[in-house]
Amino acid sequence: MVMHEYIGLVVLFPFLGFLINGLLGSKIKSEKIIGTIGSGVIGIGFAIAAVIFFQMLSSPVENRSHVIEIFNWLSVGSLSINAAYQVDQLSIIMTLVVTGVGFLIHVYAIGYMHGDKGYWRFFAYLNLFIFMMLNLVLADNFLLMFLGWEGVGLCSYLLIGFWYDKKFEKGTTNDAAMKAFVVNRVGDFGFLIAMFLIFITFGSLNFDTVFGRAAAFSVGDVTIFWIALLLFVGATGKSAQIPLYVWLPDAMAGPTPVSALIHAATMVTAGVYMVARASIFFALSPSVMLIVAIIGALTAILAASIGLVQNGIKKVLAYSTISQLGYMFLALGVGAFATGLFHVVTHAFFKALLFLGAGSVIHAMHNEEDIQKMGGLKSKMPTTYKTFVIAALAISGIPPLSGFFSKDEILWKVFDAGYWPLWILAAAGAALTAFYMFRLTILTFEGTPRWDKGKHLNELSCQPHESPKVMTIPLIILAVLSVVGGFIGIPAALGGSNAIEHFLDPIFERSNSILALGHHEVVPTEYILMLLSVVIAVVGILFARHIYLKRKDIAENLSKKYSGIHNLLWNKYFVDEIYDATILTPTVKASDKLLWKIFDVGIIDGAVNGTAKLINILSGYTRRMQAGFTQSYAAYFVAGIIIILAILIIR
Amino acid sequence: MIPLNYYLTLSAILFSIGVVGVLARRNAIIVFMSIELMLNSVNLTLVAFSAYLGSATGQMFVFFVLTVAAAEAAVGLAIIIALFRNKMTVNIDEINIMKW
Amino acid sequence: MSIDTIVFFILAATSIISAILVITRRSPIISVVYLVFNFIILAIIYLTLHAQFIAVIQVIVYAGAIMVLFLFVVMLLNLGKEEMLTEKLTYKKRIAIGLAVVMLVQIIIGLTTSFGEHPNQLSPLATQIGTVEHIGKVLFTQYLLPFEITSILLLAAIIGAVVLAKKRIG
Repeated sequence: MVMHEYIGLVVLFPFLGFLINGLLGSKIKSEKIIGTIGSGVIGIGFAIAAVIFFQMLSSPVENRSHVIEIFNWLSVGSLSINAAYQVDQLSIIMTLVVTGVGFLIHVYAIGYMHGDKGYWRFFAYLNLFIFMMLNLVLADNFLLMFLGWEGVGLCSYLLIGFWYDKKFEKGTTNDAAMKAFVVNRVGDFGFLIAMFLIFITFGSLNFDTVFGRAAAFSVGDVTIFWIALLLFVGATGKSAQIPLYVWLPDAMAGPTPVSALIHAATMVTAGVYMVARASIFFALSPSVMLIVAIIGALTAILAASIGLVQNGIKKVLAYSTISQLGYMFLALGVGAFATGLFHVVTHAFFKALLFLGAGSVIHAMHNEEDIQKMGGLKSKMPTTYKTFVIAALAISGIPPLSGFFSKDEILWKVFDAGYWPLWILAAAGAALTAFYMFRLTILTFEGTPRWDKGKHLNELSCQPHESPKVMTIPLIILAVLSVVGGFIGIPAALGGSNAIEHFLDPIFERSNSILALGHHEVVPTEYILMLLSVVIAVVGILFARHIYLKRKDIAENLSKKYSGIHNLLWNKYFVDEIYDATILTPTVKASDKLLWKIFDVGIIDGAVNGTAKLINILSGYTRRMQAGFTQSYAAYFVAGIIIILAILIIR
Repeated sequence: MIPLNYYLTLSAILFSIGVVGVLARRNAIIVFMSIELMLNSVNLTLVAFSAYLGSATGQMFVFFVLTVAAAEAAVGLAIIIALFRNKMTVNIDEINIMKW
Repeated sequence: MSIDTIVFFILAATSIISAILVITRRSPIISVVYLVFNFIILAIIYLTLHAQFIAVIQVIVYAGAIMVLFLFVVMLLNLGKEEMLTEKLTYKKRIAIGLAVVMLVQIIIGLTTSFGEHPNQLSPLATQIGTVEHIGKVLFTQYLLPFEITSILLLAAIIGAVVLAKKRIG
């Protein structure tokens, strides 16, 4: 049975789940049923996608890309858009990650959201999110992808603000949700303009058509430059790069499964997917590629530096996500598209695991998120602790875990392309990553417990305990994936065949030929760099252990001695405050004074009310014409006669 | 000989004097007399045209205008008398009930 | 400057002056007298235009009947004196004079320029068409219908006048 024709079902089932849970969820009283429906539809989708994947593996390379048309969406003039799904190597990998990791997170959420009064709403939104995300990665044209793009933004808003009456930092969770939506919108604007340009230039929005025609353009073409740049702007919004990353830390206001699914594994990788899909535009614009690489590297080190001093367990992970996304864009920027996607896959595994583990801790600590108030949890929550450590090792890049292979591949590709300054930034970022991840691990799980000194936790009737099986089993599965997931991309240097890169080769064939990247032979430099990155990671881990386990005073002294830098990092470089002062406040003031008071009230309302007043005044005058005095009537006669005579004489 | 335009000018002047009388006087009877003045000026125009163009139509028209003017004067004065009986005045500024 | 022109100018001046006097006098009776005078001057002008019948009718009907009616009403109502027109140049009077002047100019322009060249002398038929004989002939043949209708009009006017002026009983 040719399975790829059933790709529509993969997308349809989550939508059905959304409808059932959304419309009937409040009536279904059993959490089990809601959770089963919610996770089940994703599981079915994953199963179908897996079968398609294996069929794809067993078919010849030319036969791996199919377009399945569902229906004709709109036909206006020369624009004809189909709701059609493109099943090829790139989209199937993304689909597997989305449905697979998504399924595990749904199962986890059955346990995590237990007792919440909006249980059914949560699963409805999650299913809607998966539906939108699948539309995004499976679309065969820009418009359908944009539908998914906007859709995941919407679901992000709904899910971040899920506990809509909960306080969060300086405002409510709703403020965080709105921030996410609005910042995303800025990026979406770039995406839209790029779409318009694409349509004008190529006459179509269909991937195959557009990318086919694009190959005829020359490198450095101005239109392509703008298309690529604007697409990248859209990507910075969705994937939280400089300058549009500010929404992601605030997005931690949402429930932890949301953070795991959306802000770690799937939605934030949409930008990476989009750049990879449109890789030909980027290959044709070396300047944009350079911008992408630089922003990726800067974001990686900037976010890592902020994550160094944060105290919220989810905050640290949020900055870690931003940092790792920077690595992905760095890879894309130097032309290593497949490597960037490789990191997407491995990152999905260990980042989801980290977030779910953090959720487990938060659950056990009765919603406490400050790591300074934790500690000594490893004996209370062994499974969580072990899986968390595995994930931390993976993200730090310790072989043979998955993170090592993907991150190392990125670093090698950067070095091989000749971008030494970027390599240094990336390597420094790797060191910081290892350091802050283990700072997090140690402060949370190891050392002496600090939570029994806290006042509000003293009334705990129960001590922190391990989470139920429905939450720990996904953790274990993700831990296994974090360990073995890297084996799909073992580089040739270590005797592997780099399966994922070869698998994705046909997708990037045109782009690669433009970039004139060839497969290189294995050189000794590669081994040296590999060793170097491992050493950096290990040093980072040991340093973290030394400070936070044995000599906490060093940390405190350093933060006092360099209090200026510490303050800067702790306040996230004051970026939010800068945005507020330079962009937000002037815009709000201008809208209030200019647009509202002058334009809306003054001009528009004034015109409408003014017309009424004018008529009022005029009719006041006309009213006085009929006063009852006959002679005045006669006078009006004569005036009329004069006017008529004047007209007649002029003729 | 006298051009026709002279007669027309004379008639126009008489007409406008009549108009001033209608618009400016307060006594209803004087207003009526001004209206008669206006009618007479039109009669003059008609007779002048009839004489200069050699057609009897003008004088016929004058005949009927005269008749109608007589009828109108009779009825109008009857109205004034009736008005005087009710309001004790012929000052038309005080008769202003024909309004909204 | 022939005698015709001189006669015309004298008659014209007299009629204009008497018209102005009609509208400016204080006492209504004086106005009536001046109006009668104006009508007689107009009758003389008709005579210069060879419109004998109309001239005589003017005197008999207008000056003789209608103005007498006016006189009766004035005396019946026993009206007092009014201010002279020129004494108080109120707003209303200014507008009246202004409007009338504008209208005068327009009428003159309209009448004298609109219909092509106007004849400069009396038509040769003028003496014939003004006679009683001719008028009678035309009136009772060509204009018979208007004549009859006018008589009905007069009937209506008589009835109206009688009804309106009757004293109410009780």
